[in-house]
Amino acid sequence: MRLEARGAVSPAMAVVAPLAAVAFTLVVAALFVAWAGAPVGRTYALIFEGGFGSRFAWSETLTRATPLVLTGLAAAIAFRARLYNIGAEGQLYAGALAAVAVGGLHGGTGFELPPAVLFPAMLAAAALAGAVLMALPAIAKTRFGVDEVVTTLLLNFIVLLVVSMMLDGPMKDPTAMGWPQSVALQDELQLSKLVERTRVHTGLLIALALAGLAWGVLRLTTFGFEVRAVGANARAARFAGVPVTRTILAVALASGAVAGLAGAIEVAGRTGYVTLDMSPGYGYTGIVIAMLAGLNPLGVVAAAVFVAGVLVGADSMSRAVAVPTYVADLIVAVALLSMLVATVAARYRLRLR
Amino acid sequence: MTDTVLRLAGITKRFGSLVANDAISLELSRGEILALLGENGAGKSTLVSILFGHYVADEGSIEAFGRPLPSGDPAAALAAGVGMVHQHSTLADNLSVLDNVMLGTEPLWRPVSRRREGRARLLDTARRFGLAVDPDARVARLSVGERQRVEILKALYRDARVLILDEPTAVLTPQESEALFATLRGMVAEGLSVIFISHKLDEVLRVSDRIAVLRAGRLVATMAARDTTKSALAEVMVGRAIPPPVTKPHSRGDAVCVIDRVTMHGERASARLEGASLSLHAGEIAAIAGVSGNGQAALVELLCGLRAADEGRVTLGGRAMPADPAAWIAAGTARIPEDRRDVGTIGDLPVWENAIAEHYRKPFASAGIVRRGAARSFARRLVDRYDVRGGGIDTPARALSGGNMQKLILGRALSGGAARAADFLPTLIVASQPTWGLDAGAVAWVHQQLLDACARGAALLLISEDLDEILALADRIAVIHAGRLTPARPARSWTLAELGLAMAGEGARDAA
Repeated sequence: MRLEARGAVSPAMAVVAPLAAVAFTLVVAALFVAWAGAPVGRTYALIFEGGFGSRFAWSETLTRATPLVLTGLAAAIAFRARLYNIGAEGQLYAGALAAVAVGGLHGGTGFELPPAVLFPAMLAAAALAGAVLMALPAIAKTRFGVDEVVTTLLLNFIVLLVVSMMLDGPMKDPTAMGWPQSVALQDELQLSKLVERTRVHTGLLIALALAGLAWGVLRLTTFGFEVRAVGANARAARFAGVPVTRTILAVALASGAVAGLAGAIEVAGRTGYVTLDMSPGYGYTGIVIAMLAGLNPLGVVAAAVFVAGVLVGADSMSRAVAVPTYVADLIVAVALLSMLVATVAARYRLRLR
Repeated sequence: MTDTVLRLAGITKRFGSLVANDAISLELSRGEILALLGENGAGKSTLVSILFGHYVADEGSIEAFGRPLPSGDPAAALAAGVGMVHQHSTLADNLSVLDNVMLGTEPLWRPVSRRREGRARLLDTARRFGLAVDPDARVARLSVGERQRVEILKALYRDARVLILDEPTAVLTPQESEALFATLRGMVAEGLSVIFISHKLDEVLRVSDRIAVLRAGRLVATMAARDTTKSALAEVMVGRAIPPPVTKPHSRGDAVCVIDRVTMHGERASARLEGASLSLHAGEIAAIAGVSGNGQAALVELLCGLRAADEGRVTLGGRAMPADPAAWIAAGTARIPEDRRDVGTIGDLPVWENAIAEHYRKPFASAGIVRRGAARSFARRLVDRYDVRGGGIDTPARALSGGNMQKLILGRALSGGAARAADFLPTLIVASQPTWGLDAGAVAWVHQQLLDACARGAALLLISEDLDEILALADRIAVIHAGRLTPARPARSWTLAELGLAMAGEGARDAA
């Protein structure tokens, strides 16, 4: 059994492979739904309805998709340069803390600055916090060859402990009756709602704008060329005169900054303050989304909406039939694996013997 | 004796639309050396890969010693007595010679390795065929020639009766090649059979009994070595006459690039230079001869701006140069790396982006935005002028054949991002193995491009492991061994024997 490379990926194959992956995913998940003793068709219908079936469903899905677009972008940009940033989760929390530090402390006086100045300052602080957190592993990688997968992953746990310390210490909300949560962001800094009486907020627009920006930068600029060249073949890129180290550092800062922004936007758009459970693993899910999207920034938007829809839909489904919400994680995970296999299948042909 | 040990019948292998082997039938007799001659890409390696079970033929069958050989099963080939010595060493560097030879010959579940018996058998085999080795030496410490000896021993240890050697002389000095040929003759005298793959006419004529010529996947001729001549072989192999490159008169100008007592440290011998000095002159072709892994890589990295000298200095046009590829490109260096697939091109990026990769900031961008239109039309002209075939400018570079990849790299280096050929002349051309693995037509074309640039006044440094190429082109030759460069002497003043000795390190010792 061996893999033989196909000459070029045919257009038909490029369409058929992902569709086959989705179909395979639904079949696999159906087996588990049936195992749980629920009717497969009805369960799927409920998931779809809960995720995309109504105005309310869409609003919840888009709310959930907003941070996922950002963490997905953070992963996609870094992975394009073959910089494996697994630390978006920590960078998100760092950004959230920084946002509250700028926009919530000092008794809500906000350094006596008008919101028009304070709001960008808050976003900048969050981006900076994420970028700095990612700069450390990137410098360790380029200077000493330290594997960034290990360092960024482990930093996540350190950051969570720091968050925990801050929530019980300097940033503790005295009015929260002992709950570990931070002081709230000033009201003027909260993102406004995009649609009345829903939770969708203008953070979605920021996320979409950043996805478009990332797409344009990667495709049209010299920096984008440097990133793609370093990611595709760092040796050849260096030979051609691309400043490889500088490119990796710049990508690290951009990736960390976007993940940090995700934290600020969650705080400003949804929660209003930092808690230890404000992210149910958005940073890690972002990696899955980036892979599902083939590291394409515009694909990240579509993948984030898909994953958010499945997660939201599964939540509402589990209230109607006896299938745990974990089926959502199962669907997302199988979708990722089958998409990766489909990508390989589109490029290679399997030969038995 | 004429009993047939190996019979290939109608072997056909296709890769997509490419027919790599087209209905090839061939027989090998006991006690003969059969040379498989052909250009790169003619299908030699595919054929032996099928024979050894690495590939499965689409059609045809193989018989070894009268019994059909199951396809796609290297273990069956080994069991049937077919051994293979690959072009590149397949030994484990960190193990001893004995471990390497015994590797895979013992059942996994045997608790104790029978090393004593293995050693006795290895020494016995080595004595019988005159292949002296130290069983306890670590393979990492062996020279390329010694490693090859171990590979041959490994096959013989497994009772190979048919030995296949894939381009065995590519990495040897002339003297080491002679020793190998003597070994092969000894082996066939013992009744073994040898298939010897090569594209070098001289050695094929010297060593083999029978010659099978492949061209474009077909077996075009089989002949006895004693009944043919070099020129007749060349014509059969190439299928047409290749005009020799035209050397235009060129005069030696000023020193453009001066390497002054440069020492570079490195883990591996190939990455080391020790006090190397050389000056490269405008309009002159200087060549570095040497067995691979003797410091050529370090020299090339130095002149491509990839590594800095640890001691000594290198100047280009009188300026000391930093270890920065962009600075060397800006100073007008045209660089052709040895590894065109992994260093010369970025495989996943399209041809047009590869074409501008050395000049993506200037002139093909303004204010950080790539000028797509200008870049693409430049790439289109480059592909046109340098005859890069195999897809348009949007094809990923990895889809190009080796020859077309080399044309793309050459075009990029020699045009320096300038729209018209006349607008740019590199001051220095560094060409490392520029024709390695190319077919004869492409070789002649690459040589002509280099000669033309030289005639216009560029300084050329040619680093090659192919002595024929060096002797055909070079004005001056220096030999590299263990990181040391001999003084460069006019090409005519070297004899072949002298070159061989210097490549083996003898000349360098005299000079020191």
